[in-house]
Amino acid sequence: MTELATPPATLPPAAEPAAPPPRSPWWRTALRSSAPIAAALLGVAALWYLVTYAVLPESQRFLLPPPHQAYGVALSNPNIIGPMLEALWRSIAVAIVGLVIAVVIGIGWATVMAQWGWAEKILYPYAVILQTIPILALVPLIGIWMGYSFAARVTVAVIIALFPMISNTFFGLQSATAAAHDLMTLNKATRWQRLVKLEFPAAVPAMFTGLRTAAGLAVIGAIVGDFFFQQGAPGIGSLLRVYTQRLSMEALLTAVTFTALFGVVFFTAFAVLDRAVVGRWYGSTGKR
Amino acid sequence: MTSTENESASLTLDGVGKTFPTGTVALSDVSLTLRPGDFTTVVGPSGCGKSTLLRLASGLEQATTGSVAVTASSTSYVFQDPTLLEWRTAARNVELVPELRGVSKQVRQERAAEMLELVGLTGFAHQHPRQLSGGMRMRVSIARALVAEPDLALFDEPFGALDEITRLQMQTELQRLFVLKRFAGLFITHSVSEAVYLSNRVLVMSGRPGRIVADIAVPWEYPRSPELRYSAEFATLTGRVSHALGEHS
Repeated sequence: MTELATPPATLPPAAEPAAPPPRSPWWRTALRSSAPIAAALLGVAALWYLVTYAVLPESQRFLLPPPHQAYGVALSNPNIIGPMLEALWRSIAVAIVGLVIAVVIGIGWATVMAQWGWAEKILYPYAVILQTIPILALVPLIGIWMGYSFAARVTVAVIIALFPMISNTFFGLQSATAAAHDLMTLNKATRWQRLVKLEFPAAVPAMFTGLRTAAGLAVIGAIVGDFFFQQGAPGIGSLLRVYTQRLSMEALLTAVTFTALFGVVFFTAFAVLDRAVVGRWYGSTGKR
Repeated sequence: MTSTENESASLTLDGVGKTFPTGTVALSDVSLTLRPGDFTTVVGPSGCGKSTLLRLASGLEQATTGSVAVTASSTSYVFQDPTLLEWRTAARNVELVPELRGVSKQVRQERAAEMLELVGLTGFAHQHPRQLSGGMRMRVSIARALVAEPDLALFDEPFGALDEITRLQMQTELQRLFVLKRFAGLFITHSVSEAVYLSNRVLVMSGRPGRIVADIAVPWEYPRSPELRYSAEFATLTGRVSHALGEHS
């Protein structure tokens, strides 16, 4: 964006350029948002060593083998790591597909609610039910009705991730000022023009806030789905349960680590996307 | 300039009153006529219904009594706040109005560029509102209002939030645009000197319910020099307006 940095020479003296903040490259944004998380992971590892060697007596150390041993055993054994990565990939696919569906349904749902008062009255209670219903009670039902396949797992992820998408988008669609609406009214904007040129663009930052939350929840949804659906090809959540039953601590700890990393990467990716898109949207990066 | 029936009038208010559903009487019995080339300012204490007057004139709200007749083919409105769409650049903000009216992309881009040049923002066409100063944002807002070549332009205290220096500059700028475009202007303000400097007619409103309590003609030809503000005649006229305000607030 070099044109931002060079004000033209023909300016009237009254107009002072506001210095545009330099745009930082995406990798720096990624680094900035992931560095604290990396630091937190290091902290967890330190705590882990501390518990293993300083808290647990030697006879109980099998309950929490140190990180190098846990990862060493799991990663060096192709019979453990192979199925684990396959299962992880299955869960990632569920989370991504679930998130995409939740985003589409959520934006559509919120848009319909924001456009018509009666639609809000009818649809809002469903959104609230979606939020308050104990998903753990619902998951076995979904299994019974839909089987234990990909579709059922995606459904669980969608149900968990949907609400923040609806509520944030709905809030965003109503964030345009009264004066901006007057501007549309005075220029005889159609309902469609008002939606596309005012309400929707005004909602973009809130949509991204919703997307970030929904991304984290989609991961949880995918793992919860796996965890309950023991039948069918295992996801990482299914393996967590298997490892727990077998008390194979090394594999369990490695799998937990993978799910945590998966969540962190997913969340970070959307945080970076958020800053990039919303920053560009408003012509600057950084503070909102 | 009190003739009510006139073919060339852009805006005619006749005995207009506004009572809100809450029972608050915002305006009562306001009559005024605006023709192209008229620049009328309305001063009054805060909460006297000045903004309501503008909302009635623009059609954003309906009068409870009396009649509002707008014969202008195009009306524009400048808000208290610049009310720019933050995700659009300065140029795209100006383009919004012709865009909503279905003007082709090429034509509206040309017009927006012309308007931005007119308000001295050519180099800032591709900046977002957030990157502009308060005065520059208001210039964009005025450019957007005037891009559709309105016959009638309504201003709702547009310079109220600006610092004094910028405010004086903007008054001069607006006057230049008025001389150039010759629309009918109705300008709400609570600054007496702004009212006198800009207009050829100052209407003084009383406190709620708002009525017009004084109608003061301003004689000087346009364009007026900024130094006019320091002259004795200017002081006399602002004195008359202030006096009318003081008697009725």
